[in-house]
Amino acid sequence: MSAGATGVEGAGGVATEDLSMREALGAALAGALAADPTVLLLGEDLADPGGGISQVTKGLSTTFGTDRVRDTPISEAAIVGAAVGAAVSGLRPVAELMIMDFISIALDQLVNHAAKARYMSGGLLSVPLTLRTAVFGGIGSGATHSQTLEAWLAHIPGLKVVVPSTPADAKGLLTSCIFDDDPCVFVENVALYGTRGPVPTGDHRVPLGRAAVVRPGRDVTLVAYGRTVRDALAAAEQLAAEGIEVEVVDLRSLVPFDAETVLASAARTRRVVVAHHATRFAGFGAEVAAVIGEELFGTLEAPVRRVGAAFAPIGSAAVLEVAVMPSAASLVAAVRSVAGA
Amino acid sequence: MTAPSDDRRRGMYGTMARIRACDERIRRGLSGGEFACTYWPATGQEAIAAALGAVLRTDDQLVTTYRGLHDQLAKGAPLGPVVAEVLTRASGVNAGKGGSMHISHPPSGVVLSTGIVGSGLPIAVGVALALQLQGTDRVAVASFGDGATGTGSFHEAVNLAALWRLPVVFLCQDNRYAEMTPAAHGQPVAHVADRAPSYGIPGEVVDGNDPDATCTALGAAVARARVGGGPTLLECTTFRLWGHYFGDAMRYIPAEELEAARRDEPVGRYRATLAADGVLDAEAAAAVDQAARDEVEAAFAAALADDPPDAGAAFTDVYLDAGEAVR
Repeated sequence: MSAGATGVEGAGGVATEDLSMREALGAALAGALAADPTVLLLGEDLADPGGGISQVTKGLSTTFGTDRVRDTPISEAAIVGAAVGAAVSGLRPVAELMIMDFISIALDQLVNHAAKARYMSGGLLSVPLTLRTAVFGGIGSGATHSQTLEAWLAHIPGLKVVVPSTPADAKGLLTSCIFDDDPCVFVENVALYGTRGPVPTGDHRVPLGRAAVVRPGRDVTLVAYGRTVRDALAAAEQLAAEGIEVEVVDLRSLVPFDAETVLASAARTRRVVVAHHATRFAGFGAEVAAVIGEELFGTLEAPVRRVGAAFAPIGSAAVLEVAVMPSAASLVAAVRSVAGA
Repeated sequence: MTAPSDDRRRGMYGTMARIRACDERIRRGLSGGEFACTYWPATGQEAIAAALGAVLRTDDQLVTTYRGLHDQLAKGAPLGPVVAEVLTRASGVNAGKGGSMHISHPPSGVVLSTGIVGSGLPIAVGVALALQLQGTDRVAVASFGDGATGTGSFHEAVNLAALWRLPVVFLCQDNRYAEMTPAAHGQPVAHVADRAPSYGIPGEVVDGNDPDATCTALGAAVARARVGGGPTLLECTTFRLWGHYFGDAMRYIPAEELEAARRDEPVGRYRATLAADGVLDAEAAAAVDQAARDEVEAAFAAALADDPPDAGAAFTDVYLDAGEAVR
């Protein structure tokens, strides 16, 4: 059978199909809608014929009906608030906020209600809500349509924060989020929607809170997530040619945070770089670096280095965007600096 | 919708007496230093709650606010555990984690109470969406104050509910002040209900200190929602007699306005109405009042004897899996 055909056996004996991340996300949503009548999608523009600005939900309203795949007005607070109300009433809503910057409008519902309802009710309420959103940075959208804001959410007890980097993980992690009984924010990235890869067919779930070592290496640990994993792998490939073996750890979820996998890798290599496209200052990488520093101070051969966006808005002009955002080249430089320390 | 029966009217008086007794007991305990807790008094708004309790079924769903004691008790939340929650005891209805601001009791249909002004409306819309999709005839009520109508959440929620014709009643307890600011400083329309036509839904203003009128108006709104007639914006005019928070000196309320509001307070007014109508005489009303005070006193005695939560409870209910809380 040729690669890319449906039903191809993967290395682990699991049947896979070659999908883009966009298609893998759609498959996860379709699978959840088919498997559980309480699953409900709501958000702006997601019903057909539009099918969502990034076409992730294309076809779903046609298959499952507009009762369950709902277009909403441009009302971010009401989208997330209604999802909270539906979630505490026995449904599993998947709300979509088109672009991550728009989450600022819905933060009250997410931070004050979704995140805390279980706790404040003493366990009487559950909020099995998934909030999908996408980072649009890197395509010249400017300062209000380019932000990478997951650190805001990781800071809130009660939320889970999940960021896929591959089509297979996109399907598996999103399915796990939908069937999780706590509120999950699922952060997609416009730069990854077109990336392709083998995706297990059928009900595929990747447990939340388990990082993956996506490239083994003995010299330097490079911790990343989401879009940055792609740059990390490119950097590792380039550095391998220089004789530096980089171990790339994909966090996959920030909350729950898999400190065990990160620390095990860091203890082996004793040199660590943590990278993300979000602003470096007070970003999630600072938490990762601090945990490594606290646990492995005596083991490390070099200070943990962080790579992230500069502390400036993302300009619209390509030159401004490039000046602020990290790249494979900045990861290479950071790894070299700790490898030689 | 017909006027409430004599039995229902006596029931509503009993609800009002119970709310008043509980509110007074909390304020007495706070004033005397017997206990400390946060509290946003509901005295003056008992008639709206009584109508709410009379009209809604147990399986109807309520989302209310931090000033919610009256609504919660009227909807059927159990007095003892609610009092224990106000006093943040482990035996509280929410294990002492919610406090007076965040009471939740799903078995009685009190879904939750929000501490952020306006935020309960979108949540109630989601509750109503679930009720609609589940194919039930149950109804959701969002209870909120006039101050909430200044939020974007109010507009987004009413708009969405109207668009989807959801079984929800937007119950505005118009108590004339948004925290410390008169309603007229925050809204360019005379009445909250004036906004209803812009969403294409019915709006009505009713005397919220009159349980009978409120019961009739709310009953009509709930009946409409139950049969697929969509949302209603019902404004119940009332007055918040003890200010925004316990201890509020209310310097911002003109003395004559406060005096007039006190003369119009709903419990005494309804007692007089029921006596004049021959439904409940003074002696019987006094017995209802005393029974309410006794029940409340017993609830406080029990709650005050209860322990606060264990410190370890700080780390449970963060996630379903307690192991996922990061210490």
